[in-house]
Amino acid sequence: MPQTNPDPSIVSKPTSAAGLLRRPRAAEWRPGLAPDDIAHGEIFAFGDDAVGSALALAFARDRLAAAASDPLADTPDERPWLWVQDREALRRTGRPYRPGLPRALRHRLIDVAARSAEDALFALEEGLRCRDLAFVMGEITGNPRALDMTASRRLGLAAEKHGVPLWLVRLDARRDLSSARQRWVTQAAASPEPRWNPAAPGTPSWQAEMFRARRHPPGTWVLRDDGALVAQRAPSSPMAEDASSVPTQAV
Amino acid sequence: MVSSSSRRILAIWCARLAIDRWRLGERLIEGEGADAAPVALITETAHGPRITAANTAGLAAGAQPGMMLADARTLCPSLAVVPADPAGDLAFLENLAIWAQRWGPWSALDPPDGVIVDITGAAHLFGGEAALLADARAAFARRRLSVRLAIAPTAGAAWALAHHGPPDAMLHAADDPAQRLAQLPIPALRLDDDTITLLKRLGLKRLGDLHGVHREALVRRFRNRRSPAANPLIRMDQLLGRLPEPLLPVIAVSAPLVQRRLMEPIRHRELLERVVADLCADMARLLEGQALGARRLELGLWKVDGQVIGRRLEVSASSRDAPHLAGLLSRKLEDVDAGFGIEMVRLRAAWTEPLSLAQRDFEAAAENHGTSLAVCIDRLTVRLGVEAVSRPTPYASHIPERAQRWQGPLEPEKTSQGEFEFHARSVKLLDRPEPIAVIYETPDGLPRRFRWRGDAHDVVRAEGPERIAPEWWRERSTTRLRDYYRIEDMRGRRYWIYRNGLVGDGRGGMPEWFLQGLWG
Repeated sequence: MPQTNPDPSIVSKPTSAAGLLRRPRAAEWRPGLAPDDIAHGEIFAFGDDAVGSALALAFARDRLAAAASDPLADTPDERPWLWVQDREALRRTGRPYRPGLPRALRHRLIDVAARSAEDALFALEEGLRCRDLAFVMGEITGNPRALDMTASRRLGLAAEKHGVPLWLVRLDARRDLSSARQRWVTQAAASPEPRWNPAAPGTPSWQAEMFRARRHPPGTWVLRDDGALVAQRAPSSPMAEDASSVPTQAV
Repeated sequence: MVSSSSRRILAIWCARLAIDRWRLGERLIEGEGADAAPVALITETAHGPRITAANTAGLAAGAQPGMMLADARTLCPSLAVVPADPAGDLAFLENLAIWAQRWGPWSALDPPDGVIVDITGAAHLFGGEAALLADARAAFARRRLSVRLAIAPTAGAAWALAHHGPPDAMLHAADDPAQRLAQLPIPALRLDDDTITLLKRLGLKRLGDLHGVHREALVRRFRNRRSPAANPLIRMDQLLGRLPEPLLPVIAVSAPLVQRRLMEPIRHRELLERVVADLCADMARLLEGQALGARRLELGLWKVDGQVIGRRLEVSASSRDAPHLAGLLSRKLEDVDAGFGIEMVRLRAAWTEPLSLAQRDFEAAAENHGTSLAVCIDRLTVRLGVEAVSRPTPYASHIPERAQRWQGPLEPEKTSQGEFEFHARSVKLLDRPEPIAVIYETPDGLPRRFRWRGDAHDVVRAEGPERIAPEWWRERSTTRLRDYYRIEDMRGRRYWIYRNGLVGDGRGGMPEWFLQGLWG
């Protein structure tokens, strides 16, 4: 029999070093988590739909909603937000369309159409250093040389220093090295049936796998934005069986 | 009226402005040298040169303003000719209006050759109005300008007295203007030529004649004349002070300007940036003294070989932060070709706005507390271009791509009606709808399957059509209506596609399909 601690009061108090070490893996990711972590997320998506940017928007709204739970903050958050696209992302997936954006965000959008990935990274960093922005969202296609580990670390440090969240959507990209705190792979999922017209498309849903995160164990969810972000635990690893369609063969 | 009678207006009429300017330009004394011979200023018209002004000898020889030059030459073959310069006259008059503020705090232009100064409450500084007139007369005599001056309670009366009254006329507040001015001719009302001719035909020659006519008759006669210059009643009321006459004041504005002359022409970028940073520091000091911030800066680089390079910078919010401006300007210097060297650099704040208090140490503050939105936008626009950073605004149109427009990120949003909330709209819109090949139930059924960018998509669920008719008031009559469908394919991807036209709508052949929007 292995040696156990006979005193139950010591077990219940996580003061020992072993208890401190064991604790961090516990928290599983769920929507509406208090934003104590620096938000620097990376979302891998296909370049022929708008799933990546829609999921980034949903994450951003989720974080803003969780952060705005302060009862004293009665003024609405009217800070603008930045959406940076490089030229290829703009050509493949189009421009933001104001009438289709979430109502609370649509009038606060500042759109940046960058010519190249270098310009897009510059714009992202400038946006992260701006204290007046609610969050920054980027769309970069492929694996440009400029977006390496150093660039990603720079973005992460700027986001950490100034507290501006960043979600970077990577269209048709390999999973290269990155310092992002949360990394997701996503693709479209069949939407739930709407209440009135079962033949119509419903609320946009996404199948998303978090394959690396600093504070949470990896997992796969089906997410959708019903006013607030809703997550359902998906069957164990659907991304792996559909590997040919996932944009990230080489890990 | 009390308010108007308490005002005092000085009217200055440079009776012979063009000739005086010519004489000053030629450094002549009146009646001597070239001015002793007949000289006329001419402008080219469609019917040949026409005289606009003539000197004293020219007038005596028969050259009248408005005469054709050929006619004047028959009277006086020795008439010398100089081209007139109306733009220069106007510029001179603007300077004169600012100079004339020595007699009063406000002055206004009275084109083509007059200036009006509001001297209310200022006459005591010169020892009374008579002394002020004498001072003005002496000052203009020193500048060798022939002027006629008058002081009256209204601008209209002062103008009338200056042009048609006795020299140095003065109309006191206690006088009855209608009686004092009754003997002035009708042109003293500042009317246009047609109205003067009309009044002359009606037999009204002097201002006093207008008082003899019933006012109702004149009101009826000129009932559809809105412009003051065409309606003698309005002019008369302005002259008597019954109607207010706003004057557009001339205000001297000087753009802050700093420059560096360089001992040694510079050819290297680092040195130039250093000079520009120094200039920005000078400019910041200058602007801070005036409590201004720069919105537009113009940088001029004078090269040794006689060429000038100009660079212009606009910032989104007024700023006098030297390192920030220098950083933005140095990006504008990237493509400067110094050639043999740059010998002078000048920075001018062409557009300034009041800026009372600002952050001092900007770069360190940016490192610690983040930048402000205006600074962030400035940095983005300077590197990426003005059109790259924008913000969508709604626009009243049913056509999806027309329902949003782009404007500058910090411009205020125009008010608009509420948007329709019951229409589903996609998150993203392609700049140009992409044609797709669709299998659908003809003539106007739901799409079943389509091919886009080489991939086949099976439509699993679809909603539609949402029919959007063309905007007939804006587009050609051959534009076809659009039937929009919201579809979801077998892998859950959601798109917004439309069929352009109907079978047999008489506006083209088989309808084509396009993919325009993408949902998340």
